[in-house]
Amino acid sequence: MTLSLVRVDDRLIHGQVVVGWGHALGAKQLVLVDDEVSANEWERDIYRVGVPPDMTIEFLSVEQAARRVSDWEASSKRTIVVLGDVAAVVRLCELAPHVKRVNLGGIHPAPGRRQRLPYVFMSDDELSALTALAARGVDITAQDVPTARAVPLRELA
Amino acid sequence: MNNSVQGIVVSHARLAEGLVDAVAEITGERGALQPVSNEGCSRAVLGQRLAEAIGARPAVVFVDLPGGSCLQAAIAYLRAHRDVAVVAGVNLAMLVDFVYHRDLTPAGAAQRASEVGGRAVRVVE
Repeated sequence: MTLSLVRVDDRLIHGQVVVGWGHALGAKQLVLVDDEVSANEWERDIYRVGVPPDMTIEFLSVEQAARRVSDWEASSKRTIVVLGDVAAVVRLCELAPHVKRVNLGGIHPAPGRRQRLPYVFMSDDELSALTALAARGVDITAQDVPTARAVPLRELA
Repeated sequence: MNNSVQGIVVSHARLAEGLVDAVAEITGERGALQPVSNEGCSRAVLGQRLAEAIGARPAVVFVDLPGGSCLQAAIAYLRAHRDVAVVAGVNLAMLVDFVYHRDLTPAGAAQRASEVGGRAVRVVE
């Protein structure tokens, strides 16, 4: 399986993803899954900047990504999938039930959210949605960079 | 000096603050540069921090890496505003030179900073 990482990170494509996780996993493909970004050329251009020449980037909606998960799993290319929020990853996992691991990488402060880790802020509703996902067999941990401890979802309550 | 171009240094963690402090220590010039960190914020909030730092004055935005959240925020701002230029790959040499050449346009100051910063990177034998 070469779907190396499915990550929730509201900065989407940035240093921790490209450099930190990209190097650690030997990833060659980035997939930014976001309905708004995938529909906006202007936004796509911003995220293309800084992708190293040895990596490719693809922009998809959640529905489009769900149809491609099997391809990434079968591919020899290691792939990192990044989504911007909890709602998006819950939708992806519902549409593609074979996604079995989710990494919470960076969810920053917003109204209604409270701090769970220095880099994870979630509302109770977001935590409930992830807890329900975990109950269906998805392994969910928080880990900003590869050298950090993977914190199980139950420790974020 | 209010018509002079200002420098905004945008970085991960506290690098921008350190660079701005170092420029002030070397040149004695204070107030020409402002640091902005991406620490603990989403891209949207970083964009707000950047906009607040720039205000209504012409500016050169110096970004630490040629990719990532800091550059993304700077590009997003650049596309919606005039009198702003962006330089990626900031270093101390370009900032020290910049504070003495703030009579240039943002585009001119950015070009100069890029050249000065590039020349400062060398292998010393």
